[in-house]
Amino acid sequence: MNSFSYVRVSDVESALREGGAAGSRFLGAGTNLLDLMKGGVEQPRRLIDVTRLPLAAIEELPDGGLRIGAMAANSDAANHQLVRARYPLLSQALLAGASPQLRNMATVGGNLLQRTRCYYFYDTAFGACNKRNPGSGCAALEGYNRIHAILGASPSCIAVHPSDMAVALAALDATVRVHGPQGERAIPMREFHRLPGDTPQRDTNLEHGELITAVDLPASQFTKAHYLKLRDRASYAFALVSVAAALDMQGNRVRGARIALGGVAHKPWRATQAEALLIGSSLSTDLLRKAAAAAVEGAKPYRDNAFKVELAQRAIVRALQTAGGMA
Amino acid sequence: MDLSKRRFMQSAAAAAAYGAVPRGAAQTPVREAAERAAAGQHVQSVTLNVNGRPYVLALEPRVTLLDALREYVGLTGTKKGCDRGQCGACTVLANGRRINACLSLALAHEGDDIVTVEGLARAGKLHAVQAAFVEHDGFQCGYCTPGQICSAVALLAEAAAGAPSAVTPDVRKLEPVRLTDDEIRERMSGNICRCGAYPNIVAAVKKAEGAA
Repeated sequence: MNSFSYVRVSDVESALREGGAAGSRFLGAGTNLLDLMKGGVEQPRRLIDVTRLPLAAIEELPDGGLRIGAMAANSDAANHQLVRARYPLLSQALLAGASPQLRNMATVGGNLLQRTRCYYFYDTAFGACNKRNPGSGCAALEGYNRIHAILGASPSCIAVHPSDMAVALAALDATVRVHGPQGERAIPMREFHRLPGDTPQRDTNLEHGELITAVDLPASQFTKAHYLKLRDRASYAFALVSVAAALDMQGNRVRGARIALGGVAHKPWRATQAEALLIGSSLSTDLLRKAAAAAVEGAKPYRDNAFKVELAQRAIVRALQTAGGMA
Repeated sequence: MDLSKRRFMQSAAAAAAYGAVPRGAAQTPVREAAERAAAGQHVQSVTLNVNGRPYVLALEPRVTLLDALREYVGLTGTKKGCDRGQCGACTVLANGRRINACLSLALAHEGDDIVTVEGLARAGKLHAVQAAFVEHDGFQCGYCTPGQICSAVALLAEAAAGAPSAVTPDVRKLEPVRLTDDEIRERMSGNICRCGAYPNIVAAVKKAEGAA
């Protein structure tokens, strides 16, 4: 790792003051940032350790929702009684990610900001990566692109977002609360992460110096839920395809449906067309297949990842069947 | 020289100051720290409570908890495998929770209680997990073993506290965890064993649960 200076802050005001300086980066647990620094992908001159900010609480909101502090560990969020009871989808997604050790370290805010595991981004031996070095090209386009995007990609970048948690948060219509030099703002999950377009170096719409303070979940009827993660080994691996599926049923009719995909795009991918197809109907395998087909409409696979188009559809069907108690 | 220094460090009492040099370097620690600071290498002080003893270390910010334990405190039981958070060989307990020491800055652990594999035995008696690993031959080359054992110690505490895993049938049900083989495998998945001693590791964890 290159040298850097280290500052620990204990209140949000100091964090914003220190974090606003040029070359400064906020340091959560560091499970991704330190890894990237070891590989030379990231080279911050100054780290502002925000893990001791008083932002680790998980508490109910007056409207029946839940606020998860940005510094809450992934394991604490997954194991929290209210998360397990009201947002089992989030619990499952968190538990599907990383390892117990990493979940004990990684913060909820940091999880949102983790970067792609595209090999060509992660390994500085590869010259072409627009995300790491804007304008240098995308080695994955013509390279080994088995793990890459099938939806929403651009000629600049076909990387996928690696988080499981973020897929569940997208399905649950979470809001990311942010403090910055200009004050506070709330960013809906669907606007938090970006598609690559021609600026793949920007993963999110956070501005420099802005600090994630919490994630808010709206009150949820989605206790019939399932997070299905498909990967190359049974545990401790990133998703090839994952599905966050949640249903709100009235008798055997679908009152509300949520479907979000991981491992297929530069951001958690909400399949709103597929959701709309389910509303008002009773669940049948036929209907689920139609919804799954709608979810991957317009998919553009590359040389090595065409299998994801079929895999995603089967995963959507199975996740909804499991959520709806059909499996 | 090396051994005596290690013994010295292990028996050092509170507030002993060590410099920003790896063990074995010739200069006195404090002078070395001052020289490094003068050379523009920023050194900061941190107190780590390792296996019940406080260590005051002067470290560059880029020193990981893993390197601090091995190279500055002198406890080499914690192993460096991948150094990238992929293998679990560096697993230690920080404030009772298992973490990867390789992906954590030592400075970020100011005041934390760290337990390494060296801190598990009590009065010459192996921890139940250590004894179970010996009984069930839960290793071959042994390199991943300290991490496996620290991980398993935390696993038992997590399960006893009712924490679910990815294979727990229904996370909505707040009920005691039944440590099936599947549960143990999933909960130990952050520790890779390249010798493939997994069946015996699972057996050891099961045995330790009964013994705890």
